[in-house]
Amino acid sequence: MPTVAPLDLDGHVLAVEFLGDVPFFASANGTFHRLDGGDRVSEAHQGMLTVIRDPYSESLISGGEDGKVLRIAADGSVSEIATAPRKWISQVAAGPQGAVAYSYGKSSLVRLADGTTKEFPEERTVEGLAFAPKGLRIAAARYNGVSLHWIGMNAKPVDLEWKGAHTGVTFSPDGNFLVTSMQENALHGWKLDIKPGAEARHMRMTGYPAKVKSLSWSVKGKWLASSGAPAAIVWPFQGKDGPMGKAPLELGTRANIMATAVKFHPLEDILAIGFIDGMILAVRIADSKEALLRRPGKGAITAMSWSKNGKLLAFASEAGDCGVIDISA
Amino acid sequence: MTDAISTQKPIPVTVLTGYLGAGKTTLLNRILSENHGKKYAVIVNEFGEIGIDNDLIVESDEEIYEMNNGCVCCTVRGDLIRVVEGLMRRPGRFDGIIVETTGLADPVPVAQTFFMDDDVRAKTELDAVVALVDAKHLPLRLKDSREAEDQIAFADVVIINKSDLVTPEELDVIEDIVRAINPAARVYKTSRSGVDLARVLDQGAFNLERALENDPHFLEHGHDDHVCGPDCDHDHHHHDHDHHHGAMSAIHDITVQSVSLRGGQMNPERFFPWIQKITQTQGPNILRLKGIIAFKDDPERYVVQGVHMIIEGDHQRPWKEGEKHESRLVFIGRDLDRAKLEASFKACEAAA
Repeated sequence: MPTVAPLDLDGHVLAVEFLGDVPFFASANGTFHRLDGGDRVSEAHQGMLTVIRDPYSESLISGGEDGKVLRIAADGSVSEIATAPRKWISQVAAGPQGAVAYSYGKSSLVRLADGTTKEFPEERTVEGLAFAPKGLRIAAARYNGVSLHWIGMNAKPVDLEWKGAHTGVTFSPDGNFLVTSMQENALHGWKLDIKPGAEARHMRMTGYPAKVKSLSWSVKGKWLASSGAPAAIVWPFQGKDGPMGKAPLELGTRANIMATAVKFHPLEDILAIGFIDGMILAVRIADSKEALLRRPGKGAITAMSWSKNGKLLAFASEAGDCGVIDISA
Repeated sequence: MTDAISTQKPIPVTVLTGYLGAGKTTLLNRILSENHGKKYAVIVNEFGEIGIDNDLIVESDEEIYEMNNGCVCCTVRGDLIRVVEGLMRRPGRFDGIIVETTGLADPVPVAQTFFMDDDVRAKTELDAVVALVDAKHLPLRLKDSREAEDQIAFADVVIINKSDLVTPEELDVIEDIVRAINPAARVYKTSRSGVDLARVLDQGAFNLERALENDPHFLEHGHDDHVCGPDCDHDHHHHDHDHHHGAMSAIHDITVQSVSLRGGQMNPERFFPWIQKITQTQGPNILRLKGIIAFKDDPERYVVQGVHMIIEGDHQRPWKEGEKHESRLVFIGRDLDRAKLEASFKACEAAA
């Protein structure tokens, strides 16, 4: 039976990420709590809006209501990357060579390691940001589609159009697909590895009873798991056409209890599913076998993160009742 | 603490509309600085003149989303969804949210955000739409834009500001114009945005239990063209309505009309399909609708309200002893077919 080490924080906890074997819990009030032989606190923002883990270094990137973009190192030290006074920074992304993207209003900005910043204006507000897995390229989700920009070139952006408001964006690990979450209860996908000039290949992933707020790719990119239903909805991306014409898996189905966060295991095709009541299940893709990792708690699960070896799962909650689950025990 | 989260009361949201120069910033500064014991988060389009440094003031670019359901009037404000979600992660900091719109803004997408987005709806409650009107410049505004009229037509509370810059006669005309556009609103006259904040905040105008309860005179006068709001300060019994109607017919710049319906006890099996059909087919033309319905053999009053195609209804309270069981409904909109609405509404009456 897995053991849970609880960490009770005050208020909404946005995210949790591991740096080394230390989980960092990001609180909406602006502080980071890291469980490193005790609860250690780093003051970061006056109101935190978003946190991601930099996949290229042992650090986190955060954005806040104070207009700051910050980097948080493994020792808990905080350094400022950029600041936009009186703007809310609700989107950040980290790319290769120390590049950091952030957005406010109708622009994406990319700050390069040498300190220069490039701006990529859009016609509408940027709602989601992601770096491509290969090359120095960003995707900006906005109303009616996504714009793809090469950072180093003054080329025109590639516009992927689909009517409606796109509120989040993610690339598949191999870079062959791009998927957005939408204001309506749906995901939309584009196949990217098409011949230049060929007609766009769309993937419509609909049927959710609620908005999709959490997405996670499996380790080899064969599956994309999503929240937004009383189960994790897991779309197959093994074939060259992705989920087109295929039905998704529904894992960890519960009666009318919504899944709010999903996170694939770093080594195996096992999915952690967090629910609105605080319960967490782990489900194996191969046989849909479920294991209860945490009983319902005080609030909805907002985020989860696996340690590198996949033995620890840290979770964050809307009500502040966070913790770390040891599944090897 | 947990129970506080699950049973947390929705945070009231006040929408403040009005043309540039109508006094929105002055009113906001009063709300933010006066000692009324409450704290408000304010979402503004531009910091502009707000002289108060406060981390609860958020700048937000107006971002209109059309919903992908083929309905042209189903629009929401994407930026508000994002900002409200952020604010509501730390709800203990404030008692209410105020959304200030730009002078030219259409108030409808703002209001609809609080009905159509599930996340926003789960945590907040639209309290009232308040329109500020510049007494001096209203006639001109009505000539050059449709927005000025929409803002009044859509409001629950209309504040006629800068009343000291016009003569009492001019002010009467302005008030008549406002009431002609929106007979259901509560109207206040003031200068330097000096309205009592208790008339602006915490109105419960969209709350079915409270909305019409606060309007003891709601549609009391039953006159097609002039239905006084609850705070009409002219004397109803000695007032020469005809005189005023004559004056109003001279207002050529009004395209919004209101249709007030009055009937007896209704047959629910006729009324519900009727109101559904009206809002489905006439939705784009209907800015607001409000009503109290008496259903036959129903001991409770039923209240309805709507914005475009969105309609909500619920039982409100038992009919009081001696209270007349009658149904009243007002539509505010454009291109409404009064005769047809009247006839079809009458057809929903229960057989005696």
